[in-house]
Amino acid sequence: MIERGHHDMGGLPAGKVERTEHDYADWERRVDALMVLLSGIRGGKKLMTVDELRKNVEAIGPDAYEQMSYYERWVTSITQTMIQRGVITTEELGRKMQEVQGRERNGAA
Amino acid sequence: MNETVQPSFKPGDRVVVRKAWPLGHIRTPHYIRGRVGSIERVCGSFPMPEELAQQRSGLPAQPLYRVRFLQRDVWPDYQGRPDDALEVEIFQHWLERA
Repeated sequence: MIERGHHDMGGLPAGKVERTEHDYADWERRVDALMVLLSGIRGGKKLMTVDELRKNVEAIGPDAYEQMSYYERWVTSITQTMIQRGVITTEELGRKMQEVQGRERNGAA
Repeated sequence: MNETVQPSFKPGDRVVVRKAWPLGHIRTPHYIRGRVGSIERVCGSFPMPEELAQQRSGLPAQPLYRVRFLQRDVWPDYQGRPDDALEVEIFQHWLERA
């Protein structure tokens, strides 16, 4: 039986809290915007809930969870949710990722 | 059909958080399960997050409470003032009368 999720770390020893403000990279802003659009909170079709976002963030394995940044966890979860809901297929995702990698290899923006 | 569960608790009621570890997305933190506190306020009623996480409606909506715990009741080695408190928002289906 799993008693405690890796993410559910309240009360466990942790490092120092980083108190300085930091800026967000463009891709991080895009991930945030993607979540706003998919949630339907600005109108349009509601394609996922914040609870699904959390469920799939919490489903990330402990090692990967520690290595990923905040928005890396988000984009992983959003992708997983879109596959679960049938908005995209793994086939489509795989091909698109291949295409983007090819674009980067060829040096195009 | 009534889409909202009626509140069972009112401010001041003593409650204990259920000691349960189901799979899935749970908003009740691990550290607060099994602890005794008191209802500080009723926050309204909302669809159950465990169900929303699984693409279901989460209805009937469950009352959500802000529950106040003494820090010394939550952390056995708490060194601060004895009346220091911690408030956690917890859904009714995670609470029982203490």
